[in-house]
Amino acid sequence: MGPLIPNEIISPEWNHVFAVLIGIAFGIVMESSGFSSSRKIMGSFYAYDFTMIRVFMTAAITALIGVLYMDYFGWIDRTELFVVPTYLGATIIGGALMGIGFLAAGFCPGTSFLAAAIGKVDGMVFIGGAFLGILFFGEIFPLISDFYYANYLGHITIEESLGIAPDWLALIFVVIAVAVFYVLSIIRKSVQKVKY
Amino acid sequence: MNFLIEDRKTRIYWNPYFGGFLLGLILLFSFYMSGRGVGASGGIKSAVVATVNAVAPTHAENSAYFSKFLKGDKSPLNTWLVFQMLGVIAGAFFSGAINNRLKIRVQHSPKISPKTRLWFALLGGFLFGGGAQLARGCTSGGALSGFAANSLGGLIIMVSIFGSGYLFAYFFRKLWI
Repeated sequence: MGPLIPNEIISPEWNHVFAVLIGIAFGIVMESSGFSSSRKIMGSFYAYDFTMIRVFMTAAITALIGVLYMDYFGWIDRTELFVVPTYLGATIIGGALMGIGFLAAGFCPGTSFLAAAIGKVDGMVFIGGAFLGILFFGEIFPLISDFYYANYLGHITIEESLGIAPDWLALIFVVIAVAVFYVLSIIRKSVQKVKY
Repeated sequence: MNFLIEDRKTRIYWNPYFGGFLLGLILLFSFYMSGRGVGASGGIKSAVVATVNAVAPTHAENSAYFSKFLKGDKSPLNTWLVFQMLGVIAGAFFSGAINNRLKIRVQHSPKISPKTRLWFALLGGFLFGGGAQLARGCTSGGALSGFAANSLGGLIIMVSIFGSGYLFAYFFRKLWI
């Protein structure tokens, strides 16, 4: 019964070894999918290249369905997976700030490392910016900690909050994803090509 | 392996559905082995905490935020995410090397100067780093892994990042198109 390392079926000393291996696999797949290019990523926001949305949504629904299957086969107990705590206000405002940062830079933290790894100076500068942003956040934290901890909903899952069974929820997300893929393919044909 | 390549003329990147599917499988493997998803901003945060702790240890201990991530004598860098990010750098370097993409350069739209590009990359990194602390996760750890683990928080991060991206895209268009 997984997860193998937390349940000590594999010794905990291996945890960081698998962290490196999982990271390597992630780095290869994301770089090979074009995530080291800010201009390719931003195509999803300006409708000239929808690779980022396609990769992201495919990964999300693959993992969502896969977790259900692994639970069904008894490999993991999905209710034991870590559910991030939801603090409504901070999550929404934090997400909105990240969206603006995304538009300004063309990277998220993960993709900036891919870009930096293949020599892109803009990726390295982004990492420096993120470093400063986190430092700044830590320094002003006393001023915003009330907001940071406000509207606490607990470690709540999507199914608990919406009251829909997990398998139906997965089906709904798959239908949404397929519909989005179809609409994107139509939009793509009607938008002028951008060379990059 | 033509099926891997979306645009056969350029022969550059993998088909996005193939890449996304593999990414999903790797995330599942991570759940199965380590019981957790992947992330990125948490790795940078560890570097910040380690730096503050090295430069000004008392300040780090007294800081309401940084002290949350200090655990006794253990280095703040000794975390799963830091090791995972080192792997990501190695993997990306490998993929860039076999595809001839290793080159020191600033990638930018021809309509803006490299200097403009770098200033906006710095600003964007700053907002992304701060925003990820507020939301308790970024696109990888919050949105993708959180959503796959069925967290409401993950779904909200995903919707607010992309929602704000599409909402404000108009104002940043000159950087990209």
